[in-house]
Formats: sequence, structure tokens, C-alpha cells
Amino acid sequence: MGINFYKRLFLLPGLLLLIAIIIFPLLFSIRVSFSSWNVSRSGLDFVGGANWARMWSDADFWGAMLRLLNFGVVTTSIQYILGFMLAHYVWQGIKSGRLFRLIWLVPLMTTPSIMAIVWRSIFREDIGAANGLLKSVGLSTIGWSTEIVPAMFTIYVAEIWQWTPFMFLFLLAGLLILPKEPFLAAEIDGSSPTRTFWRITLPLMAPISIGAILIRLIESSKIFDSIFVLTSAGPGNATETPTYFLWKRSLTEFQIAYGATLALTYLIVMIIVLTIVAKVLTYISRPRGW
Amino acid sequence: MSRIFKYAFVIFWTLFVLAPLSWALVTSFKTPAAVNQGATFIPWVQFDPTLDGWKDILGISGYANLIPNMINSMIITFFASLISVTLGGLAAYGLSRFRYGWKYYGNSDIIFFFIAQRILPPVVLAIPFFLLLKNLRLLDTHLGLILVLTSGLMPIVVWLMVDFFNQIPREIDEMAMLEGCNPLQAFRRAILPLSKPGIAISAIFAVIFGWNDLFFALVLTFTEVKTLPAAVVALNGTVTPFWTLAASAIFSILPLIGFVFVVERYLAKGGFSGAVR
Repeated sequence: MGINFYKRLFLLPGLLLLIAIIIFPLLFSIRVSFSSWNVSRSGLDFVGGANWARMWSDADFWGAMLRLLNFGVVTTSIQYILGFMLAHYVWQGIKSGRLFRLIWLVPLMTTPSIMAIVWRSIFREDIGAANGLLKSVGLSTIGWSTEIVPAMFTIYVAEIWQWTPFMFLFLLAGLLILPKEPFLAAEIDGSSPTRTFWRITLPLMAPISIGAILIRLIESSKIFDSIFVLTSAGPGNATETPTYFLWKRSLTEFQIAYGATLALTYLIVMIIVLTIVAKVLTYISRPRGW
Repeated sequence: MSRIFKYAFVIFWTLFVLAPLSWALVTSFKTPAAVNQGATFIPWVQFDPTLDGWKDILGISGYANLIPNMINSMIITFFASLISVTLGGLAAYGLSRFRYGWKYYGNSDIIFFFIAQRILPPVVLAIPFFLLLKNLRLLDTHLGLILVLTSGLMPIVVWLMVDFFNQIPREIDEMAMLEGCNPLQAFRRAILPLSKPGIAISAIFAVIFGWNDLFFALVLTFTEVKTLPAAVVALNGTVTPFWTLAASAIFSILPLIGFVFVVERYLAKGGFSGAVR
């Protein structure tokens, strides 16, 4: 059998299964976005681009998108730096490394929605652990869900706690398979650990770093559970992200058609942004002379 | 100096990781009254621990029994992960070794297509998936949820494994093929044994993400097949019972800790330099 047979044998089963599962939801969403499906009438009529025009001038939706930009960039960068530090420590070797590695992975294993409830119980103003601790050391308590900055802080903390282990594991996978030769060469040259890190480790990790950053940008943009449980997008709509906005439109107000329009817009914007981010990161990390 | 910083950071991070978990563990042994009287941290000293929260979720007090839900979660997670890692691993190997293309689209576009499946939030896909499974008569079945989850897990496996296979020198495949293997045999005999760290990490991601899916489980299954996260959230009535929720939060990560503990041993330092003969 020729090489083409094997080529297809590797890729096609996975690719075709994925297409088979995803094609209907995608086509269906596109079709629905041109209808007027809502709580009072369901069905696939045709109203042209009405939903798309509404989306274009929906200031609340675009406000949520802008808020996401800040949120996604901040949490992903913090998770990348922390995750890289932890992975690098484990890779270099620390005492009881296996134990730490296992403990650090535990947040990833917890269900985000359930952990959000645990965080809620920590940040409850009256009976929560955070204010309890503040009180016990004589500080004044904080209105975790009524003030904008503390409310955002609780969400950032929950997200960083939950997802830094993802970065850690993804980057550790990359470190574990780095070739040995460049490090041996650096050692022979007497390169300092700092120099080795910036000149060898980080550049060699560029492809997997870009992969990790892109997937975290994708995942953190979908943030829903912690906002739903911790702040309900409040105070006001200070912590409302597109996913929360979408959920409100489509599953509480049953504006199915408009929800599908917003979802497709979100998909298109994300694809464009991610493509640009991937290009920029690849350009920054391109191999350069020493 | 850097050693002090390193261990200070390691200890700080470990405490940060353990803090909410210990809070949950402590809360799970509280009575409703102990929860509501304010923040307390030390059992026996500040409050009298009880097993009520645990009895409530293990079917002993007749309030709820999460064990059948845990078995459902195990079945669904196992098969969704198995399909994702197998087909995703094969696809990733293909994408790392061969050139695919159609008009202007090439390998990087196919890889992006895989990961793009994760962009849309589950909220958006819930309704179309509901209609799809309804027409296929797969609502409220294990198979239906397994298929839907696979579409979310396989992209992560592909995304991770392509980079991973790219790091394995091609000489290894070529050597195997010179010795008379066809590409599939070369993959199985020469590449798979070297890929244990990558497979282990993919499997960890697939299992964890599959296990923790809540949204699809809530929308696509009702009574016959209720998964653990869905059952836990259903416990959350008008008043949030923090003690049972804390117990179920701890309960639902125990199987994952066991799984990761077993699989994690394959995460050893690789480096393929020695593998080329």
C-alpha cells in the first residue's frame, strides 16, 4: 500500500469524526442567525440580516468583548509566567518534586463550577474565610462582591488558581522533550544558568509556549462558571464577559436567533484575533543570531 | 539567593493551591449551624466536626447518593478520553509527519481547525447539540455525551501531540521503515514507546476535561445518565448547602487524584538524542 493510504489512515478517522459531530451545530447556528427564533415563536423563518445589524450596534455586547480583552490578556500572561516558573523548577529538579507536581495539579482536577461555589464561600462578606482572616488580624473587611476591584480580584484569583496548573503541565510536557545537545554545549561553554534560560530554554520552548498561550486564550475567553457564581456579572455589569452575555440572551431570555448571531460573531472575532496573536508571537520568537 | 527564592515561591504556591481545598475539607465536616455562625478554621477547637455532610452525599442519610453518578462519569470519561487520545494521537502523528493540503490550505490550517472547535462556549452549542442528539435518539445516553465530549477533547490532544511528535527526530521513523516496517508499524513500534510523556499528558488533560464537563451534561442528559458534576450542582437548592457541596467537591476529585498519581510516573525527562542509532 502506498504512502497516501497511510497518510489518510492517520488523519482521517479523527478529522472525519470531528467534522461529523460539529457540522450540524455549526450549520444550524448559521441558519438560525437569519431567523427570528425567540421565546414567543420557534422555527426557521427568514428575516435577512436583522440580527446581524442589531449585533453590530449592540454596545453592551462589544463592551463585554472589550472587557474580555483585558481579562484574557492579564490572566493568560500571569498563568504563563507562573506556570513556566513551576514547570522549570520541576524540570530542573526540586526536592520531593513528584509530591509537589501532584499537589500543583489538583486545582486542574476540581470542577470549575463546584470550585466557584467554594470560592464564593471563601469570599462571602459575612461568613467567608477571607473576611474572617482579615478580621482575625485586625484589618477591616472587604466587600468582595459589591465593589468593582475586589469583585474582579476574586475572579482573577479563582481563574489563576484553577488554570495555572494547565499551563504548568502543558509547558512541562514541552520541557521534558527538549533535546539535550544544546544544553550540553552551553555547559561546555560555561554559560550561566540565566543566560542558558534566555538563550536556549526559552527559544526552544517557543512553539509549545505559543501553543499553550493560544489554548489558554481560547479557554479563558469562555469564562463562565466563576462569573456566574461569584459575581453574576456584577457589580452592575463590571464583570460581564461575552459568554455570560450570550448565556443571558440565549438561555434565559430565549433569544435563540440573536444568541446564534452573537456566537458566530464571537467565533469570527476570536479566529481573527488568534490568527494575529499566533503570527505576532511567532514573529517575536523567530530564531535570531546570538 | 535564587535557591531561596525558588523554594519560597514553591512553598507559597503550594500553600495557595492547598488553601481553598483545606477550606473545603474543613467545611465538609461542619454542621449548618457551624457554617452560618462565621468563619472558623480549626476542627474540635472552633467547632465540633460531624460526618453529616459526607453522609448526605453517600446515600447514608437518604439525602443524596452520588456513587451512581460517579460511575456514570467514569464510563463517559473513560470512553471519551480513549477515543480522543487514540484518534487524536494518530491525527497528530499524521500532521507532524506528512503534508496534507487542499488548494491553499495546509497542515497548519488543519491543526487550527481542530483547536477552533474549542472556541465556541458550550452555552452556544447546547441547543444545536440537543436537537442533533434528539434526532439521533441519543439524548440521555452514555453514547450521546461521549460523542459530544469527544469533539471537545480531541482538539486538545491534537494540539499538544503535534508539537510533541515534531520534537521526535524523523530519523527514528526512517530507520524503522528501512528495517521493513510500514508507516503504521513504525508508529507503533518506534514512536509510541518514545511518546509516553506526551500520551500521559494528553490522557490527563482528556480525563480531567471530560470529568469536569458540566454544561453538556446538564443539557443533554436528565435522569438515566446523570454525571457527577451535574448531580452536585443539582444539590445546590435555594439555600447553598456549603457543607455538602464542600464534601462533594472533595469527593469528586478523589478518582482524578488516583488516576493522575498512576499516570504521572510516565512524565520522565525524555530527550531523544540517544534514540537515534
